[in-house]
Amino acid sequence: MMHGPLFGFLFLMWVLIIIGGAIAVIILGPISISGYGTFDPWINSIVKGAVAIGLSILWVLILAKMKNLIFRKTFNF
Amino acid sequence: MTELIIPAVVSCVVAFFTVYFMTPPLIKYLHKKNLAVKDIHKPGDVMIVRPGGPAIIAGIITSEIVLYAFLQMNEILAILITSFLAFVVGYVDDRKTMGGWFKPLGLALAALPIIFLGAYDSDLAFPLFGAVQIPILYLAIIFFMIIITGNTINSIDIANGVASGFMVIASISLSAALFILQNYEIAIASLPLIFVSLAFYKYHKIPSQIFPGDSGALTLGVMYGAIAIVGQVEVIAAIALLPAILNSFLFLASVKKIVDHRELNEKPVELTSDFKLKSTKNKKARISLVRLIVANTALSEKEVGNVIFKLALFSAGLAIITAFMMEIRI
Repeated sequence: MMHGPLFGFLFLMWVLIIIGGAIAVIILGPISISGYGTFDPWINSIVKGAVAIGLSILWVLILAKMKNLIFRKTFNF
Repeated sequence: MTELIIPAVVSCVVAFFTVYFMTPPLIKYLHKKNLAVKDIHKPGDVMIVRPGGPAIIAGIITSEIVLYAFLQMNEILAILITSFLAFVVGYVDDRKTMGGWFKPLGLALAALPIIFLGAYDSDLAFPLFGAVQIPILYLAIIFFMIIITGNTINSIDIANGVASGFMVIASISLSAALFILQNYEIAIASLPLIFVSLAFYKYHKIPSQIFPGDSGALTLGVMYGAIAIVGQVEVIAAIALLPAILNSFLFLASVKKIVDHRELNEKPVELTSDFKLKSTKNKKARISLVRLIVANTALSEKEVGNVIFKLALFSAGLAIITAFMMEIRI
C-alpha cells in the first residue's frame, strides 16, 4: 500500500503511548517523597515532572529516529 | 441515562442548525467586507472568505447553553468558556497576524476556566496499567493539552474540508470513548462538537465556500481538548488526534523551533501544471504530513484530503480500542 508507512508510523506512536503509560504508572506512580512538611506535594510534583519530561523527550527522540528510519527509506528524504 | 436523551437530542439539533443556517449569511457578509484569501490549490484567482469561526462558536455557545440549562454542570461551563476564549485568541490572529508566541500564550490563558471551575480530576488514566495521581503536575497538563489540541487542529487545516472533516471523525471517537467509559454527561456535552463540525463541513468541503480561519480551527481544537480534560480521557483524545499530532511533530522536527507556518518561505509541496500536489525537491523545505502523502506520486487536493481522513479513521479506531483497554487491568 502506497501510504502503508504512514499507517505504520501512527501504529508505532500508539504503541509508544501505551508503553509510555505503563512506564508512567510503574515509575511515576510510586514516587513519594516526604519529610519536607508542607513542601512535600511540591517536591513530589517537581520530581514527577522531571521524570515525565525526561520520558517525553525520550518518546520524541525514539519517534524522530523511527521517522528517519521509516520515511527516509520509503520516500528518499 | 434515559433522562439525558432529550438534552442530547436538543443540543445536537441546535448545534447543527445554528452553524448550518448562520454560515451562508456569514459568507455573504465576509464577501461584502472583502475578507477573502486566495485558495492556493486552485487554478486562477479563486478567493475564499474567512473566518468561519463566528458561525462555529455560535453553534457551540447555543448548544452548550441548552445543555447547561438541563444539566447545570461546571464541566459544561468550562467547555463553553474555554472554547469561547480560544475563539477570541483565533479571531485576533485572523484580523491581525500575530507572532508565533501569541497562540500558545493565548490558549494557555484560555485553559484557566477549567482550573478555576475545578472541572478536572488530577488522576491521569492509562490503558491496562491504571492511573497516576499527579495533583500539581496535572495543572501543567491542562495548559499543555489545550495548547496542543488547538494548534494541531489549526495546523491540519491544510486543504479544503480537512480540519472540519478530521474533527468530525476525531470527535465521534471521543464521544464513543466517553460512552464506553460510561461518562454519560460529558459524552453528551461532547456531541455538539460532532454536529458543529459536520454542519461547517458542508461549506468547508472541497470546493470550499469558507475557511474556518484560526478562530474556527482553534475553537474546534480547544473544545476537543477541554472535553478530553473534563471527561478524563486525555490519552484517548491524544490517540484520536495522532495524524494531526504527527503533522505538528514533523513540523517541529524539521523547523526545530516554535514559529508560525506563515513565517516560513520554503514550501514543502508544489503544484503541478494540472493543479495536483507534489513533494518539493527542495531539501531545505520542511517535511509535512502532506509532503509525505504526495512523496511518491502527485495527488489532487481531494485525494490528499481522503488520505488524511483514512488516517483519521485509523486513529479513531485505535482510540476506541484504547477506550476498551481502559477497563482492563494487567
